[in-house]
Amino acid sequence: MSIAFSAGLSVAFHGIAFAMVLYLISVGLSVTMGMMGFVNLAHGVFAMAGGYVMTGLMNRWGVPLPLSLAAATVAVALASLPIERLLYRRLYGGDELDQVLLTMGLIFMSGAAAQYLFGALQQPLRLPPSLNGGVRLGFGEVPVYDMLLIGCGAGLVTALWLGIERSRFGAKIRAAVDNLRMAQSIGIDTSRLFALTFALGSGLAAFGGGLGASLITIAPGYALDNLVYFLIVVAIGGLGNIRGPFFAALLVGVADSACKYLIPQFGAFFIYAMTMAILLWRPHGLFGRA
Amino acid sequence: MAAARFIRARLIRAAEAPPIVGPAAIEVFARRHRLRPYEALPWLTALGAYVLFPGYLPLAAQTLATILFALSADLVLGYAGIVTLGQAAFFGTGAYTAGILAANDWGEPITGLFAAAVTAAVIGFLSGLLILRSSGLTLLMQTLVVAALLREAANKASAITGGDDGLQGMQVWPIFGHFEFGLFGRTGFFYCLAVLFLCWLIVRRLVHSPFGRSLTGIRENVARMHAIGAPVFWRRLTVYTISAGLAGISGALIAQTTSFVGLDSLGLERSGTVLIMLIIGGVGRLYGAFIGVPLYMIAQDRFSSIDPVYWYFWIGLLMVLLVTFARGGVLGLVDRFWPAGRRL
Repeated sequence: MSIAFSAGLSVAFHGIAFAMVLYLISVGLSVTMGMMGFVNLAHGVFAMAGGYVMTGLMNRWGVPLPLSLAAATVAVALASLPIERLLYRRLYGGDELDQVLLTMGLIFMSGAAAQYLFGALQQPLRLPPSLNGGVRLGFGEVPVYDMLLIGCGAGLVTALWLGIERSRFGAKIRAAVDNLRMAQSIGIDTSRLFALTFALGSGLAAFGGGLGASLITIAPGYALDNLVYFLIVVAIGGLGNIRGPFFAALLVGVADSACKYLIPQFGAFFIYAMTMAILLWRPHGLFGRA
Repeated sequence: MAAARFIRARLIRAAEAPPIVGPAAIEVFARRHRLRPYEALPWLTALGAYVLFPGYLPLAAQTLATILFALSADLVLGYAGIVTLGQAAFFGTGAYTAGILAANDWGEPITGLFAAAVTAAVIGFLSGLLILRSSGLTLLMQTLVVAALLREAANKASAITGGDDGLQGMQVWPIFGHFEFGLFGRTGFFYCLAVLFLCWLIVRRLVHSPFGRSLTGIRENVARMHAIGAPVFWRRLTVYTISAGLAGISGALIAQTTSFVGLDSLGLERSGTVLIMLIIGGVGRLYGAFIGVPLYMIAQDRFSSIDPVYWYFWIGLLMVLLVTFARGGVLGLVDRFWPAGRRL
């Protein structure tokens, strides 16, 4: 086995695992921005909350990983409902700047609250020994946890796509993204739909934040530090769809992983340059509609 | 969406009032830009602060320079309707230009300011040339990416910029070879005040000029401005360049008065914060910056002395409350109780 091949393999696996996390977190953002026209800069807060709940349960009470992850997802999805009702809903269809002010305020508050509750240090993700090593596949050795991440991500992506394409709820979401007024006219309760979609997006973000705690470290600055990555995925993927962000996340995840391995001295430079080039070439993203 | 609401409100108001025609209309436009007594208030306040709080002069100088930064953001955001999350690109460019000059044996402050303005304006012009045909989220992302690219560049060019540790060893000479930047910040205060005043005169002149009116037109209804033949792209590029230059001056002011430039001067947090300060004051009204920036900076100073670790929780709470109960910022509140003050 050549060194280049195994290095390429580990870069690819790491990149795809990172992409899965990015996608899970960003897909809700893409839908809320496309459907409600809401610039939710605080979306990362829900991912951060998921990460804190999960690592907190695992580290303090020794709850097993799957259970902690499920609890984090449900808790954050439920907690996002009153936030949407009380704060977000008043600003739908309103001024973008008010939305920026509200969501930046939420980022500040959540960062301070996280530091108060959990301290300024990053939360360690202590994996059980069974998930901690590598696994030998036919073509090389791959970290188990990356495999798990990719498997979980792929499963959820499939479920999400099928759900949006096949279910009645999914049809309503697509209708509301395509034409909000028409959807309201034919009797879809868009207010309820918004709340449910918001909770779904927040829950997915919490799941991604928790599962990806080893890749995107959980610390009080999470929401602001990673905001650019989430926004890049949404902007490249195109607003209001769930497929675009997936390919965008793959592109960003693999490119980021490859750059950090091959040309570490350029850091994130390449990702930003790539984003700029794509947005100049296709202003509505790779999969967006004009 | 926001623009549509705005226009509707304007139309309703126009329908209520009898139309102004003929010489009276000319009179209205001729009077628009006249200085009014209340416009002396910010400057009197600044001088009052100098007398009353001599211990706070460094903070006051920072506030004045940041007002200039917010003013530059208001020009693109409030007047031309370009929603930017990358204004720090020009602030940081200005700060680094002045800083690198002062660290390399040219500490003359005034020429440093000019160099900063020109460099930032050039960056503004070049990036605007690329991105100003976009709109919405795309434009927002592109402004953000320009700042992020510059930040990465500054981080990597650590031989010149000091990278992560920040630029050190700035030697700023006395202004006009006479007024030294002292320990108590008196020179810095008046330096910032004078520069802000000059820039404010320029901006005020600009927004009341026909050029400024055409910017408002672009913000309110781009399609219509295209239809009447206004060169929309070039107007936007012009104001973007001017705004970049002003932001550069503001960055240079802070670099020269604090003798330090860090990577955070190009960061997303700075672009976001200036937007927040501006929204708190009121966007697109020339005086929003003069209200929002001091409010935010004083609140930050107070909160951080009361609660040094978690002060930003209170700032965040303030922002959420403000947007929930007082939309349109402080000047929006003023409008509600004093409708005649809409010109502010």
